[in-house]
Amino acid sequence: MKPQRKVIVVGGGLGGLWSALRVAEAGFQVEIFSLFEVKRSHSVCAQGGINASIDTKGERDSVWQHIVDTLKGGAYLANQPPVKTMCEQAPGIIRTFERMGVTFSRTAEGLLDLRLFGGVKNRRTLFAGASTGQQLLYGVDQEIRRQEALGRVRKFEWWEFLSLVKDGQGICKGIVAMNLRTMDVKHFRADAVILASGGMGHVFGHRSTNSTNSTGAAACRAYQQGARFANCEFFQFHPTAMLGDDKTRLMSEAARGEGGRIWVPKDPAERRKPTRIPEQERYYFLEEWYPSYGNTVPRDLASRAIWKVVHEMGLGVGGEHKVYLDITHLNPGFIEQRLHAILDIYRKFHGTDPVHEPMEIYPSAHYAMGGLWVDFEKDENSGGLKAGSPRNHASSIPGLYACGECDYGYHGANRLGANSLLSASFSGRVAGEAVASYLEGLEAGLEAVPEHLYTDEVSRQQRLNQDLLRGGAENPYTLHHELGEIMSSQVGVVRDNATLKQAIDSLQGLAQRCRAVDLESNNSWSNQGLVYARQLQEMVRLGLVIASSALARDECRGAHYKPAFELTPPTDAYPGDPAYEVYREKWKQQNQQWLKTTITEHSTAGPRISFEQVDLSVLPPEEPRDYR
Amino acid sequence: MANTIELDIRRQDTPYSPPYWQRFSIPHRRGHNIVSALMVIREHPFTQEGKRVDPVAWEFNCMEEVCGACSMMINGRPRQACSTLVDSLEQPIRLEPLSKFPVVRDLMVDRSKIFNDLKRVRAWIEIDGAWDIHQGAPRISPVAWKENYLYSRCMSCGCCLEACPEYATEKDFVGPAALAAVRLMNSHPTGRYHRRQRLHAIMGDDGLSNCGNAQNCVRVCPKQIPLTTAIGELGRQTSLQLLRDLFGESE
Ligand SMILES: Cc1cc2nc3c(=O)[nH]c(=O)nc-3n(C[C@H](O)[C@H](O)[C@H](O)COP(=O)(O)OP(=O)(O)OC[C@H]3O[C@@H](n4cnc5c(N)ncnc54)[C@H](O)[C@@H]3O)c2cc1C
Ligand code: SF4
Ligand code: SF4
Ligand code: FES
Repeated sequence: MKPQRKVIVVGGGLGGLWSALRVAEAGFQVEIFSLFEVKRSHSVCAQGGINASIDTKGERDSVWQHIVDTLKGGAYLANQPPVKTMCEQAPGIIRTFERMGVTFSRTAEGLLDLRLFGGVKNRRTLFAGASTGQQLLYGVDQEIRRQEALGRVRKFEWWEFLSLVKDGQGICKGIVAMNLRTMDVKHFRADAVILASGGMGHVFGHRSTNSTNSTGAAACRAYQQGARFANCEFFQFHPTAMLGDDKTRLMSEAARGEGGRIWVPKDPAERRKPTRIPEQERYYFLEEWYPSYGNTVPRDLASRAIWKVVHEMGLGVGGEHKVYLDITHLNPGFIEQRLHAILDIYRKFHGTDPVHEPMEIYPSAHYAMGGLWVDFEKDENSGGLKAGSPRNHASSIPGLYACGECDYGYHGANRLGANSLLSASFSGRVAGEAVASYLEGLEAGLEAVPEHLYTDEVSRQQRLNQDLLRGGAENPYTLHHELGEIMSSQVGVVRDNATLKQAIDSLQGLAQRCRAVDLESNNSWSNQGLVYARQLQEMVRLGLVIASSALARDECRGAHYKPAFELTPPTDAYPGDPAYEVYREKWKQQNQQWLKTTITEHSTAGPRISFEQVDLSVLPPEEPRDYR
Repeated sequence: MANTIELDIRRQDTPYSPPYWQRFSIPHRRGHNIVSALMVIREHPFTQEGKRVDPVAWEFNCMEEVCGACSMMINGRPRQACSTLVDSLEQPIRLEPLSKFPVVRDLMVDRSKIFNDLKRVRAWIEIDGAWDIHQGAPRISPVAWKENYLYSRCMSCGCCLEACPEYATEKDFVGPAALAAVRLMNSHPTGRYHRRQRLHAIMGDDGLSNCGNAQNCVRVCPKQIPLTTAIGELGRQTSLQLLRDLFGESE
C-alpha cells in the first residue's frame, strides 16, 4: 500500500481553496494555513465580476476573442499556452461555481447575465450582485467545509507561514509556521506545498486597494529560499481610488463611464471648496488631452495623466496627491440608480455625499501581475496546457507550487478587469491537479527526511523573532509609511532610471532600519507588532525586487511606463503608410529585445536579474496596440 | 467639532488574565473610522496620561465591510469597526470585544464556534467533484435570485450572535447566522436534495426552537440580512419535515 501523502496549502483565498479542493478530491490529505478564518481572505473584496466567454448577449463573443484580449491586454508578455487553456475552460469554471452554490446574477429569462468590463468590446463578465468575489470564495469555502467534515481537509487558521523546509536534495518537504495567538513556532511535514498567499499591494503602503493580507511576505520568504520571481515590475494602478488614512478604496470605472469628470483647480494655491470654484477655473485635463475619449480613457492612461498633473505640473488638490472625480453635475436620480455601489461606499467611508461634493481620488496600487515564477507543460496537440502535468504551476523549488495572485502566470504586462478571479480559480484548480500527479510519481515518503532539518529551521525562525524583540529605535508602522511613500512616488505609475536608482538606495537604507524596530511589547500573546515587523522586512525586500526589475527594463510595456523609452506611433499615419511601417519595424525590434520574462533571483548582493523567452505560439505579436 | 478623539478601550493581555480599561486620545481628522483610529494608536501607543503601553490588538482585513473580521462592541453595540465613522459616534468612544466569544487579546475574540455551527447544519451543496460536467447553469428567475442573494452575503461577522439573547458560548444554540445559511442552501436547485439532513440538524435541541423571536439579530446585521424572515420560513419547512418524518418521505 502506498503511504498516505499530505499536502500543505498556504492561503485560503480563491487560489488556495480551489487547489486544496482538487488535492483532497484526488484522495490526499490537505492542511490549509491562513492568517485568519479563510472566509475573510482578500478575494471577498472583488466586486466587479469574472470573465468567461458564454455569449448570452448575441454579440458573437468567442473564446478566441477572450484569448486575444487577454494576450494583447498583457502586451504579449504572458506565456500563451496557459492563457489559452484558461480562457477555454472559463465557462466550465463558471458552471462548477454554480454547482457549488454560487448564483450569478440572472437576466429576465433566467440566464446568466453579463456586463461590459474595461478593455474589451463584448460583454463577457459574469457577476453575482455587487459582491462577486465574496460569492465565489464562499462557494469554494462551503466545499472545503464539507471536505473538513469528511476528514480530508484540516485548517490551521491563525497560523502564519514563515519558511519552507527542504530536504538534502533541495526538495520542499514542509513548512515552519507561527501561531498568531500563542506565538508558537512549529514545523509541519508535507510531501508538497502550494503557496496561494495572494497579492502584495501593501508594498505600496496604505495607498493600495488591497486587504491587509496582501503583503507578499509569504512569497518573498520562498524567494529568499530559492524560488524565482518573474515580471515584478508590472503593477497595475487603479486610477480612481478613494483616499483614506487606512487604505484607498476602489471606485469602479463606472463613475467615469456614466459621465463623471476628472479635474483639478487651475490655481495650485486654490483653497476654496470645490463646489465654490467656478467652471472656468477648473482644469479638465483628461478632456483636454484626449479629446476623443475624454474621461473614459483606459486605466493606465488615466493613471498616468493624473500622475502628470500632480507630480509634474504641481496641480494636486490643496497641494496634495489628489484630484477630483466629479459627478455632481449628473442627475441625482440617475446616479442613485446607476452608481449605487459607489455612492454607498463613498458615503459610508468618507462621510460625504458625492451627489453634492466631488470625490477626492488618486491612482492606487491594485494588482501585481508579477509574482512567483511557475512552470507549465504545453500540450503539443492542443497548443494549450497539458492536463494533469506535474510541471504546471511548479515553482523553481521542487515540491513547491504557487497559484493565485502570488504567481505571475496569466496577465503579462497588464491585467484585464475581471480576469483575476478567473486566473485565481483556474490556477488553483490546475495547481491542485498538478500536485496530485506529482505525488503519484513520488517515491520516498516523509519519514526519509531527517528530523533535524525541521527543528533547525524552527530554531532559525525563533532566533529571527528574538532578534526583533531585542528592540531598537525605529517605529515599524512609520517605516511602512516611508516604504509606501518611496514606492508610490518613485516606483509608481511613471518611472525613470535616475529616480529608480535613488529608490533602490533608499530601500536599502530602509532594509537596515527595519532590523531595529521598537516593539515595546512584554506580551507573548498575539504580538501583532512582531508579526507586522516581520512582514515589513519582506515588503521592503519586495520593494527592492520591484524597483530592480523596473530599472532593468528600458521600455514601455503594459503597466510599466518609462517615458524616456516610449515608442509612439506617428501622427496621421496608419498601417500601410511608410511612416507607420517604420514604426511597426521599430516596435518589432523592441519586442526582439524586451519581449521577455524578467526573472529575479535572490542573492546576498541583492536581486539578480535575467531574462527568459516567452512562449508566443498561440498569437504571434504582429500588431502594436493602437489607442487612436 | 472637538479636535481630539477620545477612546476608552477594554484591554486584556491574555485569554486568562483580567480585563482593564485604558483611555486614549488622538488628534481629530475628518473621515476617521474605528480601524484608522486604532491604527493611529498602534503607531503611537500612549494612553491619555502619556503612558507608553502595548499597542491595542484587534482584527481587520478588508476595511470595506465585507470580510467580517473587525466586529467589536462600539458604544455598546456590535458593529464593524472599519465602516463606523468616528464622527457619527458619541465620545468618549467605548470599544470592547464581543462578549459571546472567548477573548484572545484586547479586542480580538475567537469566533471558531461560528464556523463549527456552519458544519453542524451542513451548510454546503453536495457536488460530485469540482470538475466541469459540461452542462449549463440552471435557469433561475431574477426574483428568486434576488431573494437568495440577500442571504448569500453573510460574512460570519458574529454581530447577530452577539445581539441574540439565546446565543451564548456555554449554550449550544446554533444561532441566526447558521439558520439563515440553512435557508439559503435549502433553496438552491440541487442543495434542495439534502434539505432533510439540514432540517434535522436544526430540529433537535439547540436548533430552531431555541429562537425566542426577540428580533435583535436582524437589527444589528451590517448586511441587512433578513434573519427573522429566514427563521420564519424554516419554521414552516421544519413543520412539514416533521409530518414527512411521521408519514414517510415521498420525494
Ligand atoms: C478592491 C479590489 C477589487 C477587485 N475586483 C476584482 C474583480 O472585480 N474581478 C477580478 O477578476 N479581480 C478583482 N480583483 C483581484 C482579485 O480579487 C484578486 O486577485 C484575487 O482575489 C486573489 O486571490 P488569491 O486567492 O490569490 O489571494 P487572497 O484572496 O488574497 O488570499 C490570500 C490568502 O493567503 C493567506 N496568507 C497570506 N500570507 C500568508 C502567510 N504568510 N501565512 C499563511 N497564510 C497566508 C491569507 O490568509 C489568505 O487566505 C480585485 C482586487 C481588489 C483589491
Ligand atoms: S430572533 Fe431568534 S435568533 Fe434572532 S435574536 Fe431573537 S432569539 Fe436570537
Ligand atoms: S447574519 Fe449578518 S450579523 Fe450575522 S454573521 Fe451574517 S453578516 Fe454578520
Ligand atoms: S475589516 Fe473587513 S469587515 Fe471590517
